Amino acid sequence: MSKLQHQSALSRRGFLIGVAGAAVTFGFASKEGAAEEPGSNPFEPTIWYSLDRDGIVTVNITRAEMGQHIGTAIARILADELEVEWSNVRISAVDTDPKWGVMSTGGSKSVWTDFPIYSRAGAAGRIALIEAGAKLLGVTPSQCLARQAAVVAANQSISYGDIVRRGEPTRKFTPDELAKLPIKPASERRLIGKKTDALDIPTKINGTARYGIDAVVPGMVYARPKIPPTRYGSVVRAVDDSAAKRVKGYLASLVLEDPSNTVPGWVVVCAASYPAAIRAADLVKVDWAAGDAARVSEQDVLDHGAKQIAAPHGGALLVDDPGIDSAFRAAGSTLERTYTTASVLHAQLEPVNALAFEKDGRFEIHTGSQAQSAILPVLARALRLPQERIIMRTYPIGGGFGRRLNTDFAVPAALAAKALGKPVKLVLTRPDDMRFDAFRSPSIQKLQLAFDVQGKVTAMEHHASAGWPTAVYVAPANMPKAPDGNPFDPFAIDGADHWYSVGAQRVRALSNDVANTAFRPGYLRAVGPGWTNWAVESFMDEAALMARADPVAFRLGLLDGAGRNAGSAPSSVGGARRQAAVLKRAAEKAGWGTSMPKDTGLGVATTFGQARSMPTWVGCVARVRVDRRTGTVAVEKLTIVVDAGTLVHPDGALAQVEGSALWGLSMALHEGTEFVNGQVKDANFDSYTPLRIGDVPELDIEFIDSTEAPVGLGEPGTTVVAPAIGNAVFAATGARLRHLPIRQAAVLKALASEKPSSR
Amino acid sequence: MTSFHINGRAVTVDAEDDTPLLWVIRDTIGLTGTKFGCGIGMCGACTVHVGGRPTRSCITPLASVAGAKVTTIEGLDPEGRHPVQRAWADLQVPQCGYCQSGQIMQAVSLINDFPSPTDRDIDAVMAGNLCRCMTYVRIRNAIKQAAAQSKKVATDE
Repeated sequence: MSKLQHQSALSRRGFLIGVAGAAVTFGFASKEGAAEEPGSNPFEPTIWYSLDRDGIVTVNITRAEMGQHIGTAIARILADELEVEWSNVRISAVDTDPKWGVMSTGGSKSVWTDFPIYSRAGAAGRIALIEAGAKLLGVTPSQCLARQAAVVAANQSISYGDIVRRGEPTRKFTPDELAKLPIKPASERRLIGKKTDALDIPTKINGTARYGIDAVVPGMVYARPKIPPTRYGSVVRAVDDSAAKRVKGYLASLVLEDPSNTVPGWVVVCAASYPAAIRAADLVKVDWAAGDAARVSEQDVLDHGAKQIAAPHGGALLVDDPGIDSAFRAAGSTLERTYTTASVLHAQLEPVNALAFEKDGRFEIHTGSQAQSAILPVLARALRLPQERIIMRTYPIGGGFGRRLNTDFAVPAALAAKALGKPVKLVLTRPDDMRFDAFRSPSIQKLQLAFDVQGKVTAMEHHASAGWPTAVYVAPANMPKAPDGNPFDPFAIDGADHWYSVGAQRVRALSNDVANTAFRPGYLRAVGPGWTNWAVESFMDEAALMARADPVAFRLGLLDGAGRNAGSAPSSVGGARRQAAVLKRAAEKAGWGTSMPKDTGLGVATTFGQARSMPTWVGCVARVRVDRRTGTVAVEKLTIVVDAGTLVHPDGALAQVEGSALWGLSMALHEGTEFVNGQVKDANFDSYTPLRIGDVPELDIEFIDSTEAPVGLGEPGTTVVAPAIGNAVFAATGARLRHLPIRQAAVLKALASEKPSSR
Repeated sequence: MTSFHINGRAVTVDAEDDTPLLWVIRDTIGLTGTKFGCGIGMCGACTVHVGGRPTRSCITPLASVAGAKVTTIEGLDPEGRHPVQRAWADLQVPQCGYCQSGQIMQAVSLINDFPSPTDRDIDAVMAGNLCRCMTYVRIRNAIKQAAAQSKKVATDE
């Protein structure tokens, strides 16, 4: 979402290194061409890191820490180039400030986006320190090298700390110079790719980590909302708080007036303690005029999507190759299938919350956010304040998964604080949180494949309709444009533009406006690729069956790396051939082709993670056992092979694949809700049941050794597991599932309708 | 007024008897390592020990702990180096970390009750603790490592 803006914002800036007092600061100057001496005012102390006289490096992290250990990975990138000892590195999670550029953490993009920035920042520091150190040592820079936070020349050396202490002059890099800075070859890396402990873990083991929900400020009151019957369009007709007045500590019920229209129809119940706010809110009666969505349910969304798909026009054509229609007309045979997925809740364990108050003419928002840059303008509209007068304080996040890309919950906290004139800490209970979720939209997709008379694949169409999360924040005019000029949300179609060579191809993205108006479609771990790959990879299995080919061999035949699937530098070098390699390796490891016990099967799937611009190549084989009597699908083992290029923090990478793969499993079998008359059906963990420890299968995860550009790891594992499971159910029983989640009833129904000849 | 001990300290709290212990621990006493997840005892994030037994503090009324000894993640070990905590660090278990105080408190009880836990013991005892980041593989391995370490210490002593 933010990558391009972020990078261009940075490239417009000069790079500054200065010695100011006791600390060297390294960063991007605010204005191009600024060349003043250090210590003079025009230099903005905009910094990616600082180095103090004790040699301590403090790295500023603008990405949200939500379990991916991102601060550790980014600091390793920088420290490696800077040539400092890891024990001297600290990380600092920064609060909002325009100087950081776009603050957004999503799409598995942080390392991919930040690697060049922090590498060059480190290299620039190293070069400047070598120059300054050489001068102090009385040698030329070319006689020096930097190692372990010291500049070394023959038999003498000077530490970085001493160079800082002696206040050596500054060195400025123009954007051009910066872009040309030599980044170390992979063989010279000393930290990247090596095992290390994550810096955020110690406080998460002893109870001292402080999340947004732990934020306090003197004089604050607690608040809990009354969630209206619909996400949009609800209007408060009357509030009766007479019963709540019996609750000790109850203060007030505020009907929010929200100029940003983020939380229409909200009533916020305030009390002296949170348990009092919970109780009081239970007793406050609100009479609402509900929005139109009160008459919209899950099937309405899917039905609308089906109509959009059936209509020949509408939507955005991401791919529309010439000759596709004639290829279908000339086909010897064709295959057409429709796949659907249900609504999915984030159910991140820390319910959304925010502490807001006005202080010294500014509004402070204390909360965990994945996209401060997206919500700040909304907060400004809501509070009728210029954006510069709002600051968001940063906290680690108790579960992101895309939920906190919508920091919409900060708005009611701020409005309540403004209305009350005192600090308000708003916390949603679990049911509030689930009902207010910006959940994963239901989706419906139709896929078609053409074979010529020889059985060769000649054309493929993919039409997908779902709610578009990016449309919540971005006006159509500013959305990315497809080659046909129509706007589209990449987060709702990525994955459909796969790396298989299928001849002429058409990919059409349809914005499901019934979804978009009935609820707030959210970004949920993997977003679009979580459903597009369910369709593509189930379909590939069905196509292999039709072609009477082995599912692995069929896919390998299409992953030939030809034409647009050849890949390109820097991020997709090798293209589809790398996808073929992970698929082959996963099949090998999992014993593909060996015979299985009764009702047990292996299913395969392969994806490229999140986006063609940043492919993370993943291959997966699931081994499942199906209980024909109950329809229960037990996943026994997941074998996953990943090629993510360079792994900056290998154990963090492994942890992300472990977690994301189990998310894929959880969404395939254990999760999924239903939108019913304007609300999601599930409101707590009694009926919404993510995977628990006893249902975790054996995991066999392997990474391909690579020094290619590092790509994303938070989501790709999620994208590959559900279709592998669906395909394994088919391999085990001949029952084909085309809807997520896979429920026992659906398995039983598919088993009952299965004809022996269909296998 | 309800009096009890928390992490070895005597406290007296002026709150209604049916106030959930969770909020007393977090907001009145100020120990925020214990987390709010669901409010109905279904996720385990709020797990503390009451009289040495793992207890979901979100559904435990304050009055029910009168005179009891309550232990939270902050009081598990003075240095934060309980064998379970060390195993958690060794195996780099936490991701977002939000559920981990509860996981650790539950795991400590598990190892007390089952010094050599089998996979089935772990499945049964840890079933009530949800980890949304799905760090389950590492939780299981860390429990086994901590159990082995605890037995070794016991044998050495």
